[in-house]
Amino acid sequence: MRPFEYARAGEASEAVSLGGRFIAGGTNLLDLMKLQVETPDKLVDITRLPMRDIEATDDGGLRIGALVTNSDLAADKRVRDDYPVLSRALLAGASGQLRNKATTGGNLLQRTRCGYFYETSQPCNKREPGSGCGAIGGFNRIHAILGTSDKCIATHPSDMAVAMQALEASVETLKADGSTRTIPLIEFHRLPGDTPEIETVLEKGELITAVRLPKSLGGTQIYRKVRDRASYAFALVSVAAIVKMKGGEIEWARLAFGGLAHKPWRDTAVEDVLKGQAPSRALFDRAADALLAEAKGHGENDFKIPLARRTLVSVLAEATQGA
Amino acid sequence: MITLTINGEEHRLDVDPRTSLLDACRDHLGLTGSKKGCDHGQCGACTMLVNGRRINSCLTLAVMHEGDEITTVEGLGEPGNLHPMQAAFLEHDGFQCGYCTPGQVVSAVGMLGEVADGWPSNASKDLQNGAELSGEEIRERMSGNLCRCSAYPNIVDAIETAAKTTKEPA
Amino acid sequence: MNKHVMDKAIGETRLDRNTQGIIGKGVDRYEGPLKVSGRATYAYENLAGEDVAYGFVVPAPIGRGAIKSVDTSKAESAPGVLAVISGDKILRASSQPMAPAAQTIDGEVFHYNQPLAIVIAESFEAARHASHLVTADYEPKQGRYDVKARETVRKPDAMPMEPVNERGDFEKAFAEAEVQFDETYTTPSYHAAAMEPHASVAKWDGDRLTVWSSCQLLETNVKQIAAGVGLDVSKVRLHSPYIGGGFGSKLGIGPDAVFASLGAMTVGKPVKIALTRQNVFQQTSRRGETVQRVRFGATKEGKITCFAHETDTTNSPGNGFFEPSGISSVFLYPGKDRRIAHTIVETDALMTSAVRAPGEATGMLATESALDELADRLGIDPIDLRRMNEPKVNPQDDTPFSSRMLLECIEEGAGRFGWGDRPQKPGTRREGEWLIGMGMSSASRKNSLMKSSAEIEMSPDGRATVRTSMTDIGTGTYTILQQIAAEMLGLPLDQVDVELGDTALPASSGSGGSWGANSAGSSVFVAAEAMIAELAKRLDVDAETLTLKDGHAIAGNRQIPFSEILKGEAITVLGQIEPGKTDEETHQASYGAHFAEVAVNVVTGETRVRRLLTVGAAGRILNHKTATSQCYGGQIWGIGYALEEELVIDTRNGLMVNHDLAEYHVPVHADVPKLDVVLLEERDTHASPLAGKGIGELAIAGVGAAINNAIYNATGVRVRDYPVTMDKLLSQLPDDYLTAA
Repeated sequence: MRPFEYARAGEASEAVSLGGRFIAGGTNLLDLMKLQVETPDKLVDITRLPMRDIEATDDGGLRIGALVTNSDLAADKRVRDDYPVLSRALLAGASGQLRNKATTGGNLLQRTRCGYFYETSQPCNKREPGSGCGAIGGFNRIHAILGTSDKCIATHPSDMAVAMQALEASVETLKADGSTRTIPLIEFHRLPGDTPEIETVLEKGELITAVRLPKSLGGTQIYRKVRDRASYAFALVSVAAIVKMKGGEIEWARLAFGGLAHKPWRDTAVEDVLKGQAPSRALFDRAADALLAEAKGHGENDFKIPLARRTLVSVLAEATQGA
Repeated sequence: MITLTINGEEHRLDVDPRTSLLDACRDHLGLTGSKKGCDHGQCGACTMLVNGRRINSCLTLAVMHEGDEITTVEGLGEPGNLHPMQAAFLEHDGFQCGYCTPGQVVSAVGMLGEVADGWPSNASKDLQNGAELSGEEIRERMSGNLCRCSAYPNIVDAIETAAKTTKEPA
Repeated sequence: MNKHVMDKAIGETRLDRNTQGIIGKGVDRYEGPLKVSGRATYAYENLAGEDVAYGFVVPAPIGRGAIKSVDTSKAESAPGVLAVISGDKILRASSQPMAPAAQTIDGEVFHYNQPLAIVIAESFEAARHASHLVTADYEPKQGRYDVKARETVRKPDAMPMEPVNERGDFEKAFAEAEVQFDETYTTPSYHAAAMEPHASVAKWDGDRLTVWSSCQLLETNVKQIAAGVGLDVSKVRLHSPYIGGGFGSKLGIGPDAVFASLGAMTVGKPVKIALTRQNVFQQTSRRGETVQRVRFGATKEGKITCFAHETDTTNSPGNGFFEPSGISSVFLYPGKDRRIAHTIVETDALMTSAVRAPGEATGMLATESALDELADRLGIDPIDLRRMNEPKVNPQDDTPFSSRMLLECIEEGAGRFGWGDRPQKPGTRREGEWLIGMGMSSASRKNSLMKSSAEIEMSPDGRATVRTSMTDIGTGTYTILQQIAAEMLGLPLDQVDVELGDTALPASSGSGGSWGANSAGSSVFVAAEAMIAELAKRLDVDAETLTLKDGHAIAGNRQIPFSEILKGEAITVLGQIEPGKTDEETHQASYGAHFAEVAVNVVTGETRVRRLLTVGAAGRILNHKTATSQCYGGQIWGIGYALEEELVIDTRNGLMVNHDLAEYHVPVHADVPKLDVVLLEERDTHASPLAGKGIGELAIAGVGAAINNAIYNATGVRVRDYPVTMDKLLSQLPDDYLTAA
């Protein structure tokens, strides 16, 4: 870990004016700093900022402060009642200890768990642009099958963000110049393309202040995570599904996927296949066809293609059960 | 110079900003009960309670914890005056080599607090109503604490016993 | 000194009489209160509060090559840095268990991220940071990283067993067999992954070196440290009273022991080094990959006529140790014509060495799956197949078994588990999304007794203290030695103390190979007999007639407190056990049987173990609680080996890709259901004066195969490439996964 300057901010405006990397839960940043994958020269401690509340919004939704811990968010009664897919996703992630520390804002900014990203002696375009990709042709069991590039096949490891993607969340930020903006989550994370080191649309020094959830639309909400251990492991494939039935048909569905791509994946073409249709195995398979039309395995992770199909079909069957 | 409140005692120390809360205790304050197993939040051996909640003390900086109430395994009890959770681990042989044990014990105490607060887990069938403390619930909630000796069945038994004997976990 | 050589079977002993009622009892661990309260002091935690320096190991991040130069100047000038040590004393990895010294790097990089240099600094943070400032120039060489490629094949050393064991003419018998079974199984590399990283503190006073390190075999470890720093062994004292797990990885010293010592000798103050978890993975030792070909010749009725088990495994240049996958095959399975053989495929990866149950842990994943497959092909119940093929004597050389309760374990387990309820046809039992199946396997673990000594001091107040350089790696050594001494001497448990883990104490066997309880325990038994003889002499009675209970000697109608016999004087006696003729005249092993029920998710291929029962027979059980805990450990390692664990080496460059606990998956709480362990009553009078046998590694032998066999029974899919992860099942799982059965 390189020496760094430590500063503690009392207000958000102070935090963005201090200029440095923000640290809150620190569960991923410190992990990476110990290995010198991350080497900030200044850390701004934002844990004292007043961003730990979950408030009801005028439009019937929720505004989640960026510093709300994963535990507090999962346990919040309104989240449990109206956004159960989010509670479930949070509870499927990490461990009790990590969830008590990790924050809402930080969770969105988690970096990939790719072994070649973590090993500083290996090429990695994300860690060291232009150095190459160790995972392509290497051990890539946990890697992406959708939206990859020849520069990077890493996945985003978050569960929370997958559920938020299905919930059509948006991210509130404060920029260094004091201006604020709201970014739909669907636009927040980027695909790797030629610049896998740029993972979100945040500008330098821009602080996440809150995540907004629109008013709950109800429906059946399911989060299914498939992994190599029964707990405490990252998703190989995960599916967040919100399905609304009407008169024996699927009125609408919102689907997001983890473990498949560089970002929490949402593809409305998959949802369009389902819309207004009577549930059936054939329909679910067509939805999976739409999801996986462009899917590409890299050897060790080829199994994710059938695994994603089967998991999606099974989740849709469960979500439309009894219709 | 920072001040840390650990097990009810105030400690003044001059610490490198890079020092984790875990290393501050182990290397600077003689509190070696909390263990370093991975230093990356992957094993749970370093678990401490901060303001009553369990965290991985290896993944947080000491300088970030001024004003917090920190509890380590030493603060729970000592030989001759063991905390009910520690006594239950002893009775049920909830450890072998003992290295993950302080983390398991502290995590279990924190976990019972979470259950008491009605927090659900990934094993909870029902998100809305607080969970019964079943074996399945304990196993899911304790999965952030690895034990390579694999005392898991006995740890679960110990926690079940301690849960019955303690109303006030922390 | 009282010495006992195990030349003949032991008769009735004071342990059989159990006058004090302590032997066998599941008492709480002696050191338990310290461990549960965080007061047990592990290696790194010594010298807390003293002025110490911290070391950090710099890795060499290439797979294979020559080190042309090392530039330490930037690191040396970094704030807080006291010294940077590089050059010819840097070790490649841990030492082999019994080797006189660890291997040095000799200007070469032998494996990816091998140690290159050590930074010693005022603080851990400064040392860690400066480790990134050390650079080196390398001349890369072509490395060999893929065992299956078989680029360089060589014969192993005769350690830990004879690599080739043949009898009769296997190839001829196999060619003539009615039924020919021939399948190949693979197991990946594994890591011990003990929770305490390899760690050491060293203190140098200009003449003598004191080291606190996490070590299993102090008597060889102290020599390895002395060799590593160039001191006479008499100048080095090694302490290891608490060890945070070993599982073989601490049989030889970790590189930290020598590095901390070199550091202390360089900077003039004590040095602490704990390897990072990443370096534990990459700089200590691992279990080698195996490719195992298993062949059975049999009659159509299921009588095995010939047997071959041939294993390719691996090690690095200069290392002859091999994963002895056939170690149980030698005596477990019949066949007049037989061949058990091992080959080393040399690779340029981290040295391989002993990990919990070297041999059985990998070999029985193969052979016990093979037997299940053979039974399936013959249409015989796997238990019937085993019944039909139980040898009466060791099939390798016709020596009698000292005791062999394999079939008793299987019968007991089958009844308790409800084996009769096993689905007859694979893939036919379904509960919603889950396919349910049952499987079983045999278990066996070769027993060994090692030379070991201990002293017992009885203080004038009648309390006893046991002292030996023995270690307790979580196995329960403190507690069973306390129990043996208390039982033999007729003392309440709280009147006996135990001091371990110090080379200044009588030399012991150390912990490894499941020999610890038998060897160290027997030395305490022998010492206790000497103490009893001494007490008898003072009472002027025959020791045989003396009964000891509750701190009193009872002779005839006299009952005298020990304190009265001692008359203000302490007595110290020394006992030593040595293996003898019973080891050659009988074949000794522990036996058991595992029964598993699994649920395999029909959608995803995720497997959950629902029930697991192990029945074991390992001679006298000294403490039922700690022995059962050891068995849980073996069962859970079996869950890991069956379903999760795999150390991945990138065959392009030798990088160990998943070198941390996030991606090297050991079982977590949620992977483990409530487990059952049953230990059968047995005395093996040939094994040791305790009539006990090793148990620490019995339960891992075969258990992964029982789980794999259950997966086959659940799904009809047979996987021969461990671990049985979902990707290996998925393509063969039914496509009608939505329809409820």
